[in-house]
Parts: sequence; structure tokens; C-alpha cells
Amino acid sequence: MAEAEGWIRTAQENDRLIIAAGGRWVLATSAELDRRLRAVSPGSASSIVIDLAEVVALDTAGAWLVLRTQQALAAGGRRSVGLENIGARYLPLMHQVEESGGRRQHLLPPSYYRFGDFTARIGRITIGLVKRGGELLGFVGLIAIIAFRALRHPSRIRFTSLINHMEQTGVDALPIVGLLSFLIGVVMAFQGADQLRRFGAEIYTVNLLGVAILRELGVLLAAIIIAGRSGSAFTAQIGTMKVNEEVDALQVLGMDPVEVLVLPRLMALLLTMPLIAFYSNIMALAGGALMAWATLDIPFSVFLQQLQGAISGWTFWLGVLKAPFFAGIIALTGCYEGLRVARSAESVGRQTTRSVVESIFLIIVADALFSILFSRLGI
Amino acid sequence: MDTTEPARDEAENDARNGEGSVPAIRLRELEARFGRRTIFQDLDLDVRRGEVMGVVGGSGTGKSVLLRTIVGLNRPTAGTVEIFGETPADLDQTARRRLDTRLGVLFQDGALFSSLTVAQNVQVPLRENLALSESLIEDITRLKLAMVGLPGDAAAKYPSELSGGMRKRAGLARALALDPELIFLDEPTAGLDPISAAEFDILIGDLQRSLSLTVLMVTHDLDSLYAICDRIAVLVDKRARVGTLEELLRDPHPWIHAYFHGPRGRAAEVAARDGGTLPTEAS
Repeated sequence: MAEAEGWIRTAQENDRLIIAAGGRWVLATSAELDRRLRAVSPGSASSIVIDLAEVVALDTAGAWLVLRTQQALAAGGRRSVGLENIGARYLPLMHQVEESGGRRQHLLPPSYYRFGDFTARIGRITIGLVKRGGELLGFVGLIAIIAFRALRHPSRIRFTSLINHMEQTGVDALPIVGLLSFLIGVVMAFQGADQLRRFGAEIYTVNLLGVAILRELGVLLAAIIIAGRSGSAFTAQIGTMKVNEEVDALQVLGMDPVEVLVLPRLMALLLTMPLIAFYSNIMALAGGALMAWATLDIPFSVFLQQLQGAISGWTFWLGVLKAPFFAGIIALTGCYEGLRVARSAESVGRQTTRSVVESIFLIIVADALFSILFSRLGI
Repeated sequence: MDTTEPARDEAENDARNGEGSVPAIRLRELEARFGRRTIFQDLDLDVRRGEVMGVVGGSGTGKSVLLRTIVGLNRPTAGTVEIFGETPADLDQTARRRLDTRLGVLFQDGALFSSLTVAQNVQVPLRENLALSESLIEDITRLKLAMVGLPGDAAAKYPSELSGGMRKRAGLARALALDPELIFLDEPTAGLDPISAAEFDILIGDLQRSLSLTVLMVTHDLDSLYAICDRIAVLVDKRARVGTLEELLRDPHPWIHAYFHGPRGRAAEVAARDGGTLPTEAS
């Protein structure tokens, strides 16, 4: 057999079984050795000798295999199993492995499945959700208190931080919001024109665009992008600070983390979100106008004229009015989830995902509620 | 079996012969630069097989950069790194992986995968590199955890549930999972209480002897230097000055003198002379 491999050979002498081991007894060869050692049967032998004379390399895995075989063959002391010719240089290793080996311990956290676990899980999740809802509501209350305090003493508002966050959430978001809104405008105009052409009512594409974008899509699109972009950033920023104990440091230094971290982000988003929604509206309409001109031959002046007829003064405001509410949802869930981060990097990722999913969910729910409200009010 | 890998006993012979054979690590004219800031330059260093080398130096002298450069996490701006006579940068992917399995790294805070339990962390390199039976994997995991002195109930815990000292032990168990010949320790005793630190020193010493490891250890802990390091590399003036402790104690360089003869250096010296690290075994 090749020198580089590990091998065993068994020989029977009367009632003595000799297992000669040789070659490399290391981790790399241990899979094969393990298989062969398990196949060794003591038969009728009353004493067994494991001869390590020809072992040329031994590491912990190899040493463990030797000792395990010794223990297994001894079968609780009914047979004598001796080790012979252990190289002197392997003695410390054998000793160490012998000391450490054979300990029983659980390697995995216990996990049992019992009947009814599924129902219990549903219950746990439901209770968790209700609890979180309550906590989030409590958080809104806390923010309200701190915000009023800050408004009474405007010197407590951190303007540098506020401006910084306005830049990050507002100005820096313009390219992506603009591009996506523009493309949505293009797509809507194209699809709308396709359908309306069948009735010879292509010109009403403009009405469709105007109402859909200004009332719903512009602000919704902007809110979803900002939730993905800034809400996640809020969670990750605050979460990382939580992991580094920076939030605790703030507290110890006598600063209120909510006032220092949450308030500037909330205010920044409340101020920039309506502007972003407005910008999103304009870009989507521009996309629609371009498409109307390209496929329907509606010149820009006609587009504007038709748009003015299609929308009332309210249409625009009904859309933009929703922006601060969406901003509140994004900032509050983002910061809340950030503050809930536990002290591990994994938790930052989990809370960030959760924050984005939650805020988009809440935005769409809020949008639906607004629709109901507006239809009840007849506007 | 791969014949390119020198047999284990050969490595051990080398360890005993010390000089003359291929060193475990050989650095020549190594340079690390970040932008216009040079961390070290023309750095030469040999680590012999089977020795424990400590790396010390002031903050910002590039101890961690040196370690990261040797294990291949940083690319040196100039110079060569040789490990067991091979240049990692020149190897193809399979040869590089084979070389990597002969190295183990203990990062500063253990760098355990936080989504896995301690036992699963130790099993990651085993499963990734070898096709072992499940029971053997479990046996080896238990063995390694016991060797680094982790209590039995730690195996099923997640890293976030462990203390700093236990995380380091778990990190060491993972670094030792593949029975590497060369291990790198980045500040193994930093952040541990003195008793745990002394135990950790003893643990590393014991493992080093029984597994005949070569150890490169970045440390600030003077007690560790006295307790287990055969030789010490001091990073000063962008180079490495290597010597045994006795040689460095006589070194007139102002930083080295201040380091070993400062109040802490003297205290560690006294402690080491009195045999005061910790007579008990690591538990």
C-alpha cells in the first residue's frame, strides 16, 4: 500500500488479535481508516494489541481513532486491549486526546417536535405580532412626547444632524426616485394608450396618467423607494450603533438616544418626503408626456391643456398629503427596528429586512385606508 | 494521497532541527502601504517550524496587518510571503486551498459564525474540506472542544451566549479543526481577565507541544511573551527585529527598552521568574 496512506492489517495468533497500524493517521485519511476500523471484529480473541510501530504521521483525528478503537474493542473491560510501539513524539498527543476524548455532550440545541407545535407556533407568532404592535404604538407615543419637548425648546433640535439626514434621505435619493418614476410614467402611458385606442379615446391617456400618478402612484412609488433606501439605512445605522454599544454610551453620557438618533431622522423624512413625492409626480408625468408625444402624437402643449382639464386642485394635494404620513411610518419603523437590534451582527441584518417589509406593508395599508377615507368624504 | 504535502513527521523533524530546513514562514522585503502611509517596508522574518513566535509593537505598527498579509487577507504592496516553502500568491486554487487547510487563524474576538452553534462552527471546516462520517465529525468536534477546555454545555450554545474567553476558546477549536501545522493568533489574551489569560497561555503551550504546532502570535500581553514565546519579533522602524527574550531585553533600541523595562515589563519578568503564571492546568 502506498506510503502516503494510512492502513491497518490484522493478524490472529491463537487468541491474540494483532492490529498493525501504519502510514499516515491524519484527518485526511481518517474517513477511510474509520470505515476499516469499524469493520474489525474481535472474534474469539481474548486479548488484542494495536501496534502503532509503522505509523509515520499522527494527528488528533488519528489518535482519536486509535483510542476509540481501543475503547470499543475492550467492550467495557471484558477484553484487554493494549497499545504498542507508540512513537515517543506522539505520546503527548495521545495523552491529550485521551484526556479530552470520550466526553458525552450535546452538540446541538435540543429540538423536539411534538404534536400541537404548529398550533403553538401560530399562537406564539400572533401574540408576538400583537405585542409588537403595542410596542410600536408606545414608541409613537414616546416620540410624540419627545418631539413636543423639542418643539418647546427648539435649541434641543440637532440641526446639523437634521440637515445631514435631509441630504441623505432627500437629495441623494433624487436620481433613483426620478428614474423609476419616469419609467413608470412611460410604461403607464404606453399601456393606457394601448387600451384606450380601441375606443378612439387616446387623449384620455392624459387623464388616466394625471389622476393615477398624482393621487396614488407618485407618492406611493416614492414612499416604497424611500422605505427600501432610507428606512433600511436607519435600521442599519442605529442597529450598528446598538451593537457597538454606542446607544448605551449616549444614554450614560446623559443624552436621550431617541432625541439624538430618532428625532432628526423623523423630522428630516417628514420634511423631505412631500418634496420627493412632488418630484416623483413631476418625473412620472414627464415620462408619460414623452410617451404620449412619441406614440400618440400628442404634443406637450396639448398634454398640459388636457391635464389641466382632467385634474382638480384637490387631486395633487390628496396625493402629497399622504407623504408625511408615509414618512412617519418609514422613519418610525426604521428607527424602532434599529433600536431593537440585539448585540450581534446577524441581528442587524434581520431587523433591517424586517424594517423594510414592515414599512412597505404599513404604507400600503395606510394608502388603502386613505382611499376609503377620501371616498367617504367624497373627494 | 497528495504527495506534494510533506509528511507530518518530516515537519516534526524540521521542528527539532530548527535551522537549516524550510521555515514555516519566510517573509522577504515585505512592504505594506495604505495610500501614502507605509506600515512596514523591507520586512524580513523567518518563523521556524515548531516554534512559538510572538509579534509585538506599538499601536499602528502593523502587527495585525502583518498577520493578515501572511494569511493572505491583505495583498502586500511589495515583497514575498512563503509558507512551508510555497508562495501562496503563485499557487493555483486547489493548491492554495490545500495550503490553507494547513493554517489555522484565531481572530481577535473569535470571529465565530453567529448563526451557528459552537459545535457547528467547529464542524464548518471539517464538512467543507473532508468527506467524513457523521459520527466521526461529531467525535472530532467533541474532542476539539474538550481540548480547548470548553465545558460540555457550551457546544450547543450560540456565540452570543458565550463570554469573551469562551468565544476565544471556541475560535481556537475551530482554528484547530483541521489539525493545522501553523496557527496564527491575533491577540489571544486581549480582553481576558488575568486568570483566564494565564490559562489560555498554558492551553496554547500545551496544544503547541502535543500537536507540534508552529504558532505566530500577535500580542500585547507581556506575560504571554514570557510564558510561551520562543522568540519575539518586535515591529519597530517599519522592520521586524527578531530575537529571544533575553536578547531583546538587552536591546538598546529606545522603544524595545521602554517596552521590556517599563513597569509592566518588569512586573511580567518578576512573575515569570517566580514561575507565577499559573501552576494549575487549564480547565
